[in-house]
Amino acid sequence: MEVIARRPETLTKTPFTYCPGCLHGVAHRLIAEAIEENGLINQMAGVAPVGCSVFAYKFFNFDMAEAAHGRAPAVATGMKRARPDMHVFTYQGDGDLAAIGTAEIVHAANRGEKLSVFFVNNAIYGMTGGQMAPTTLPDMKTTTSPYGRNVEDIGYPIRMCELLSTLVAPYYVERVSLLSPAEIIKAKKAVGKAIQYNRENRGFTFIEFVSTCPTNWGIDPVKSRDWARENMLPFFKVGCFRDKGEENVQGVEK
Amino acid sequence: MKGNEAVAEAAIRSGCRLYFAYPITPQSELIEYMAKMMPKVGGTFLQAESEVAAINMVYGAAGAGKRVMTSSSSPGISLKQEGISYIAGAELPAVIVNVQRGGPGLGDIQPAQADYFQAVKGGGHGDYHLIVLAPNSVQEFADMASDAFDLADKYRNPVMILSDGMLGQMMEPVEFKPAKTQEEINTLGEQHTAWCICPNADGDAKHHHEINSLELDPSVLEKHVNHMYEKYAVVEKNEVRCETYNVSDDNEVLCVAWGSASRIVKSAINELKKEGKSVGLIRPITLWPYPYEAIVKAIGPKVRQVYVFELNTGQMLDDVKIAVEGRVPVKFWGKVGGIVFTPAEIQEKLEACF
Repeated sequence: MEVIARRPETLTKTPFTYCPGCLHGVAHRLIAEAIEENGLINQMAGVAPVGCSVFAYKFFNFDMAEAAHGRAPAVATGMKRARPDMHVFTYQGDGDLAAIGTAEIVHAANRGEKLSVFFVNNAIYGMTGGQMAPTTLPDMKTTTSPYGRNVEDIGYPIRMCELLSTLVAPYYVERVSLLSPAEIIKAKKAVGKAIQYNRENRGFTFIEFVSTCPTNWGIDPVKSRDWARENMLPFFKVGCFRDKGEENVQGVEK
Repeated sequence: MKGNEAVAEAAIRSGCRLYFAYPITPQSELIEYMAKMMPKVGGTFLQAESEVAAINMVYGAAGAGKRVMTSSSSPGISLKQEGISYIAGAELPAVIVNVQRGGPGLGDIQPAQADYFQAVKGGGHGDYHLIVLAPNSVQEFADMASDAFDLADKYRNPVMILSDGMLGQMMEPVEFKPAKTQEEINTLGEQHTAWCICPNADGDAKHHHEINSLELDPSVLEKHVNHMYEKYAVVEKNEVRCETYNVSDDNEVLCVAWGSASRIVKSAINELKKEGKSVGLIRPITLWPYPYEAIVKAIGPKVRQVYVFELNTGQMLDDVKIAVEGRVPVKFWGKVGGIVFTPAEIQEKLEACF
């Protein structure tokens, strides 16, 4: 019998614990497939964050470390420096990466650590129950911005791809979205490239996924994708910000 | 050689090839020594963006099973406490050096012993212990580097060397143990491959190592914490270390002091000896596990006073009282703010007991 779809070996049999309609599962699968396709299952290690994907260490079928909130890039730095023959990635949400862990991500990127960082941006804190994130959109209501995010008071959302592409060291920085099958196929290419560059130890690679949180947005999964398309994509524009492996891409060092 | 440099050199000789830290006075010679020497031995020196990042790099490298060290001074050690708790919770071997200075807050940059509670009684959140070693000379500071790595590896537990600005800055002659050979370092680097982050060399389908301190099921977390406490019981049984000085049945006063303070107390005891006054000293070398029983044993038949001297407001004093259990009165005298007491001051305090 011909197998046309299967669980990658890089995922364990543990069922995902995510809410119905959540896109973490899609992001996990894209990363797992890229690792398998690059033949890295025996040399890969991941670092899970604090947030909804805190249990990612149970889902990926290779060595995994669980980091303190925001510290994944520092933990990954220690791991990669200790075992340069391993390939290391972090998987982080917006609160983890762009709030409590801002220093760690900026400096890991600035050092050009040979890591991949997968950043899931859904504009909200998921696990703690829908609080305001550094990427929460202007006027967007959350449990800690009940009257809408007041940019005069708390500032504008942080665009991490743009911020990190001001640095010299990062090798590859791209923002993708997970809102439709066509976008997921594009995302798969970007993830594949990040893992390929990781395998080749080229440098720091950063993929941001524009994602959704139907549960905490209070919008059903299908409509939440429309909401993200209308509200998130205009602010968080998809595209490649840096690719030192390809010419003619914005930010390439010549 | 300065204590800060001696402990760095000794760590490298013990096979430490990974060091992550952030600059702070009075331990700067340590980070600078590492910056200079690590590249020469093919090791990793990384000046982290913060104390928090440094300790999390230690978590990552220790999770990868390699000998790794960080160092700082009091305010920086406070910042590291989150990571220290995670390292203890995940049962990772790592060495942390604290070259203490005066506090609280920014305090000053003079020697102090004010981080005893933080090192011995907690520091970070949750039920855990560090193994805490307290040197009182540059030689001992250096020797403790290899002891600390051995203990960390043996018990999969973070070990703190609790030094101070005086030992860090002071110059004394040091004899180093022979440096580990590359072969020995390679063996050390692979001693933890049963559980650490490492390549799945033989392609074992079941290879899935987790470095983690999270467990949401209360009964499983209870089991884990109990397991850690069983481990601590073994440490308490096997690893207590202390030094006795001039302890005899003639003692009328028994002093307890640790680290730098103990040297000054020794000088005072020598002076009193000339006057025919017998004073003993017990110096805890491991602050955790603490030498409770050794203190009880050192209380001679004529001892009418136990006297605790520290460069703080009386922190180890609590442990001395726990040990003494009211058998004899316990007195305390200390200096704070980075001011170090003199032998004459200690002598005066002790003379008042006769």
